[in-house]
Amino acid sequence: MTEMATGYQLSHLEALESEAIHIVREVAAEFERPALLFSGGKDSIVMLRIAEKAFWPAPIPFPAVHVDTGHNFPEVLAYRDRRAAEIGVRLIVASVQASIDAGRVSEPGGRWPSRNRLQTTTLLDAIAEHRFDAVFGGARRDEDKARAKERIFSFRDEFGQWDPKNQRPELWNLFNTRIRPGEHIRVFPLSNWTELDVWRYIAREGLEVPSIYFAHRRRVFERDGMLLAENPYLTPGPNEPVYEATVRFRTVGDMTCTGAISSTAGDVESVIKEIAATRITERGATRADDRAGEAAMEDRKREGYF
Amino acid sequence: MDILRFATAGSVDDGKSTLVGRLLYDSKSIFQDQLDAVERASLARGDDRIDLALLTDGLRAEREQGITINVAYRYFATPKRKFIIADTPGHLQYTRNMVTGAATADLAIVLVDATKGLTDQSRRHAVLLGLLGVPHIVVCVNKMDLVGYSREVFERITAEFTAFAAKLPTSHVTFVPISALHGDNVVTRSPEMPWYEGGPLLHLLETVHIASDRNLVDLRFPVQYAIRPRSGAHRDYRGYAGQLAGGTLRPGDEVLHLPSGITTRVAGIDTMDGPLAEAFPPMSVTVRLADDIDVSRGDMLCRPHNAPAAVQDLDLMVCWMGERPMRTGATLLVKHTTRTARALVRDLRYRLDVHTLHRERGVGELRRNEIGRVRLRAARPLFCDPYSRNRLTGGLILIDEASNQTVGAGMITGSAVPVE
Repeated sequence: MTEMATGYQLSHLEALESEAIHIVREVAAEFERPALLFSGGKDSIVMLRIAEKAFWPAPIPFPAVHVDTGHNFPEVLAYRDRRAAEIGVRLIVASVQASIDAGRVSEPGGRWPSRNRLQTTTLLDAIAEHRFDAVFGGARRDEDKARAKERIFSFRDEFGQWDPKNQRPELWNLFNTRIRPGEHIRVFPLSNWTELDVWRYIAREGLEVPSIYFAHRRRVFERDGMLLAENPYLTPGPNEPVYEATVRFRTVGDMTCTGAISSTAGDVESVIKEIAATRITERGATRADDRAGEAAMEDRKREGYF
Repeated sequence: MDILRFATAGSVDDGKSTLVGRLLYDSKSIFQDQLDAVERASLARGDDRIDLALLTDGLRAEREQGITINVAYRYFATPKRKFIIADTPGHLQYTRNMVTGAATADLAIVLVDATKGLTDQSRRHAVLLGLLGVPHIVVCVNKMDLVGYSREVFERITAEFTAFAAKLPTSHVTFVPISALHGDNVVTRSPEMPWYEGGPLLHLLETVHIASDRNLVDLRFPVQYAIRPRSGAHRDYRGYAGQLAGGTLRPGDEVLHLPSGITTRVAGIDTMDGPLAEAFPPMSVTVRLADDIDVSRGDMLCRPHNAPAAVQDLDLMVCWMGERPMRTGATLLVKHTTRTARALVRDLRYRLDVHTLHRERGVGELRRNEIGRVRLRAARPLFCDPYSRNRLTGGLILIDEASNQTVGAGMITGSAVPVE
């Protein structure tokens, strides 16, 4: 892929990268205790690379935080630890299991026993414990209609809540970073990126991503039109036969709510081709957590979700 | 492939959402599951057809009230360009959101309903876009199908808009007769309007020349962050990170540091991908200087004989966004480039009637969504250019220290403001 600047004009990836670097530096300059959410998913991988570039040759001046539900894919956790060690960034793991053990939240049951929503409590507890005042997230506006309306610097009150009707106007490249103690800002440097931009950037930078993003053989079963990995936390029903298929994951979340897609895309270039041709959004294709209703994401975000 | 950021101004009644929906749909940027969701939501609401506005109106309150409240960002790409749409609400009470969406736009689309002609709202949109210095305006005269694709109607609206726009700071204005509903002149040329000689809207968006809209003449490098590893292999490294706001910068260039007034040279321009031979806006880079001078966030690098004005008394146009009105004597925070300073509102010279361009003098306050000419006294100098010369060094935001809310957007005057 050629993405060279010509005649004082940046390519679209260069312009997006420059905007994101500006945002990351602005946070480092104006906040005392920032942190970067790093799940080992593709968006947070790109965000971490942006942070490396923003401060080079100095190290990234804030820690990475992972909210571990205990239901993550082992390949992704291994990648997470390896990548953090390579870069030399401090990794803080906030555990949903610990929140459950402490009685802060309780395990959901039913057909979709997802710990997705529980992450909010664990995340907010971690923010309070470490007194983080700014938290980087890899969310993109093209992912969801509520996210399409969210600011790059998104204010959270002392309860971690988002108020979509009371957002701070954002003009030019100026961001209002003022908060009171106990409040914080979620910062989304990849707001203007699309799924395709993220993959093109991964290709351009030669970034490693967890193996589950590429086609592999896996034992799966279907539930409500989604292809789920056989895993210790879900029991397939009598009408949900488990079979082996060639699949890959478009998003990386819990094994309990992240669906696979049938795919033979085995490398970054094939993934880019596949996404360029797809007619289904990534969250629509693969996320049970977004199927809880028309405004599922807006409701979770109001509570303090990513 | 480069990026074009454009804003859409108009209301649901003008067919704005239909137009955005059609651009997305015809460029294959709407996905099947999104369409399915919109169809479900339309049916659940009792509509008899799919309402494309639901694609952009993402918040619960917007869906319930059937209006756009907030700026929605949408993305699509053709082989020629990536597009970022800031879809902004048209109504008067959401002026602040339109200002937000248009501040960084390379181009704005103003929707005019052919059956109604130019309205107060279209005039207000034109004024705001002029004030915000949006370089290109495309007036889409929509619903041409309802006026029999009449050339006379189109030409009358074109003449009316041109006459009004003559009073405004100049943007480049283009007119396109369209029917968003039927797709005439949106993505493909309309066979219904052979008298129209221009290209369809998408062609215009793909080809409009925006490279020269940036200021590549006046070097402006606001220092954002000092990079000092202090240990390891780069223990003695000292660089100044920031995003170029104007001009070009090369190693060896002589630069003037503000506020010190000291002149030095650029020793190198660094990125993690290697040193650069030249940097230009909007690149984020790290600059090393030849001399060891005291540089910190909020400072500015420029050229010895081309420096921004260092001013404490600011004359600007303000779009007020605060819940409570702005009054003379109030103290606010100003954030301008990478510098923040306390400022006193010294004078509200006039309020601008955004429909008639009339200047109302002697008004005591500026209310939410109103525009006025204001004088501020800042507690320390800001390194400013007129907004018409550079949107990044001429624009600022106002913050209320008590509530921490962003309560205003300011544009430092120059020729970007209607002449007195």
